[in-house]
Amino acid sequence: MTADTSLDEPAEATREASRADRPTNILIVGVGGQGVIMISKVLALLSQMHGAEVKQSEVHGMAKRGGVVFSHVRYGKKVWSPTIAKGEADVLIALEWAEGLRWLDFLRPGTGVFVSDTRKIVPPFACRNRKFGADRAYAKETPAEIVSRVGNGYVLDATGAAEDLGNTRAANTVLLGALSTTLEFPAEEWENVIDQFVPKGTQEVNREAFRYGRDWVEKARRDPAFGLSDANAYEAPVLLPGEVDVELEINETWCKGCDICVKLCPERCLALSEKHKATLKNPAACTGCRVCEWLCPDFAIRVKRTAAAEAAE
Amino acid sequence: MTYREANVPGFGADTMARPLTGNEAMARGVWEAGVKVAAAYPGTPSTEILESVATYPASDITAQWAVNEKVSLDVAIGAALSGVRAMSAMKHVGLNVASDSLMSQTYIGVHAGLVLIVCDDPGIHSSQNEQDTRLFARLANAPILEPSDAQEAHDFVKIAYDISEEFDTPVIVRSTTRLSHTRSSVTVGPRVEVEPKGFVGNPQKTVSIPANARRAHPKLIEREEKLKAFFAASPLTQVDEGTTTYGIVTHGTPYLYVKEVAPDAKVLKLAASYPLAEETVKAFAASVDRLLVVEELEPVIEESIKALGIPCEGKVFFPRVGELSPEIVKAGLAAAGLAEAPAEPPSYDINPVVRPPVLCAGCPHTASYMALRAVDGRVAGDIGCYTLAAVEPLRSIDTTICMGASIANAVGMAMAGTNKEPIIATIGDSTFLHSGIPPLIDAVYNKADITVIILDNKITAMTGGQHHPGTGHTLRGEKTHQVSYIDICKAAGVEWVRKVDPYDVGTLYRTIREATEYKGVSVVISERPCVLDPVRIKGQPLKVNPEGCVACQSCMNLGCPAITWSDQFYEGHRKVQIDAASCIGCTLCAQLCPSDCIQPVNA
Ligand SMILES: Cc1ncc(C[n+]2csc(CCOP(=O)(O)OP(=O)(O)O)c2C)c(N)n1
Ligand code: SF4
Ligand code: SF4
Repeated sequence: MTADTSLDEPAEATREASRADRPTNILIVGVGGQGVIMISKVLALLSQMHGAEVKQSEVHGMAKRGGVVFSHVRYGKKVWSPTIAKGEADVLIALEWAEGLRWLDFLRPGTGVFVSDTRKIVPPFACRNRKFGADRAYAKETPAEIVSRVGNGYVLDATGAAEDLGNTRAANTVLLGALSTTLEFPAEEWENVIDQFVPKGTQEVNREAFRYGRDWVEKARRDPAFGLSDANAYEAPVLLPGEVDVELEINETWCKGCDICVKLCPERCLALSEKHKATLKNPAACTGCRVCEWLCPDFAIRVKRTAAAEAAE
Repeated sequence: MTYREANVPGFGADTMARPLTGNEAMARGVWEAGVKVAAAYPGTPSTEILESVATYPASDITAQWAVNEKVSLDVAIGAALSGVRAMSAMKHVGLNVASDSLMSQTYIGVHAGLVLIVCDDPGIHSSQNEQDTRLFARLANAPILEPSDAQEAHDFVKIAYDISEEFDTPVIVRSTTRLSHTRSSVTVGPRVEVEPKGFVGNPQKTVSIPANARRAHPKLIEREEKLKAFFAASPLTQVDEGTTTYGIVTHGTPYLYVKEVAPDAKVLKLAASYPLAEETVKAFAASVDRLLVVEELEPVIEESIKALGIPCEGKVFFPRVGELSPEIVKAGLAAAGLAEAPAEPPSYDINPVVRPPVLCAGCPHTASYMALRAVDGRVAGDIGCYTLAAVEPLRSIDTTICMGASIANAVGMAMAGTNKEPIIATIGDSTFLHSGIPPLIDAVYNKADITVIILDNKITAMTGGQHHPGTGHTLRGEKTHQVSYIDICKAAGVEWVRKVDPYDVGTLYRTIREATEYKGVSVVISERPCVLDPVRIKGQPLKVNPEGCVACQSCMNLGCPAITWSDQFYEGHRKVQIDAASCIGCTLCAQLCPSDCIQPVNA
């Protein structure tokens, strides 16, 4: 955390860009529906008002289906490529924690500023390993750890702040407030431009959200301990002991081949044999969930966990 | 004089610059060019072109969703032959569907200007392949213009109309995902009203019987030569002076990458990969010591230059697959010994969970595929949101080729006789209307034993929610006739047709089972509106009673993004929780829960 910059000095993200006479590169990432594109539009208009050439490029084909959304904004005297290369983003702004982590390599080493929400949006994909004792495969890295690794990091609970202000959807404006402290445009202009892009009737809450984000960074610069408070409040995932084996016992004489277990096994590991008896066709996939045991009308299936499993309880 | 000053009618009249995406800029260009008729079928990344055209007054320009791309092009051809400027827009694979019309249209010519805007998808951001439309242009003998940014996209569209009328040919304007979805500043102009010319009235020209086509073909070749000369003389073909130790020939968005990483190089930017501005290329080649070609996807320019007997290097250094980027161009130049190898930036080496797109919480497709799991069928899929059911956890689609393929694929699977399982085709409503009806007729005609499930979510969802003839509304929001799928099926000769609500899981399972047991063509219409478009649906959310949850994961098999694991355990397995903000209350999970622990939030 750099606590040495005050808002009167040239903004930290653009300082290096203007010195090197090259465009400022800002990468905005998040999940569909979070407002990545709104942030980009605000930035594009602001920089255009300041006479810069702007290019803003997004990939949003799958945005509506919960996929990743990212948007490159580049502005300066002359901008050729619409995309930012790895290691060249002056600011990486992340609306979701794991997305911030995913794009971290795009941050310019040394001078890049990382602004991120601590909020997790856990995709169903992270809950896929249904084995006994499996963990959510979300992300191991915590905000506190990343802030210490990137140098210039502002990691805050923007969604929580927006919730407190009365509109969760203003989380992106909280982050815009934080972002505004790292770029050269005056605060009033930010607010005026944001006004144009937020839904009617939400201007006031968005202004508050913007100021919250801006004040948050100012405070974090003065007080590094405050700057780490949201990062430290992040709940790390609960870890569990490793995988445990289960066994399935199928009583062939009781099984009448009704097929119920085969159809309802969540892992699709059962099948009917030639003799129309339930068999475990894919033992590796069985998680010991017991659905078959509960649903078998003839009590023909028993799920047994091995001794090791019992010991692990 | 720049090409803009030289070629754009009305240039300078309204110089207000505004940030527009490539798609919005092309739509603006279409409107300014005085186009009267515009039609398209949606497809990423081209969809917003027509949507944006529809923001201009209906009295200036029609803007209509066609039932598929071929229909869209045929509509535009009809309008052009009737003497008004016309536009048809589509994604790259859409041109496959429309190609039959294009191949003969180039023989016939246009009368009033006709422009096809075709958007390629290098990098396959959201498509099923990355075919290069420039090859189609060459096959059809249609000139293809390749803008590199939004300003050019706007200008080139207008110029395309002039070229179309001057050379009596349809013109393709080719965009890519990067251009279509990049916003940059565009100086726009006013609309130019073009006087309608009236119908051509020349059957020798407009009826492509062999005698006429034989006469037209040599003219096509002549036209190609004229266009080569036109592009060689036109300021559209641009040379940026620079060092002459090497020169780069490039096109479209790759031009931007070249300028980004090799600002001092001498560059020839072609406005058209086909027909090639041969004289310009020859002069350029002679002016540099070494000639490189930087082009995205296929070596179209490279091969044309080599065919002139001019040595050049392209695909040895620059990849033939995927989207180019400044990094890739730089790496290619480094491989050619013309730049320093780019330093790999240090990596944080972090791999968070992958986040593939998923069906929405409460998506009506979810239940249909859940039910398909239970019949254990061989499932021929199609293209739409529902293609997402091909991956875990639903994993219930065996094949997906292209739009409209499912039903005839299923007919083939049935005829092969190698599948013991029931054979099922699943197809979305928009896709069914796009290209699913002829194969349905074929299935009945050829007595196939298959089940067709029409996933009627009352919208073209995948591309962002566009109307189609099954929604009863036009692009401009007017009410119109709404087709009946039952009537279509009956008219095709299907005797077993039933409609079912996918949110009623029991009935859905039973209906699909009965349909697969029926011998012959059976059709199940699974009808329930998309939860996202045209209106966002949000019902009372559900919650999991943690006491009752036995962590069986049955509900997790839906893949509903509102359901994730909680931090509570049952016998070592994680219990589940529902995010109230994203749950729409479809009750599918509650219907699957064996312990009845999923209940409305305030029950
Ligand atoms: C020839 C062609 N045109 C357009 C597309 C783009 N596209 C993909 S899916 C789709 C629409 C699917 O709509 P529908 O069948 O109703 O399914 P939904 O997405 O609503 O579930 C379109 C237009 C394509 N892939 N191929
Ligand atoms: S957009 Fe509609 S059809 Fe597509 S996944 Fe969401 S609910 Fe389903
Ligand atoms: S009711 Fe269940 S399946 Fe439906 S949206 Fe809510 S959590 Fe998802």
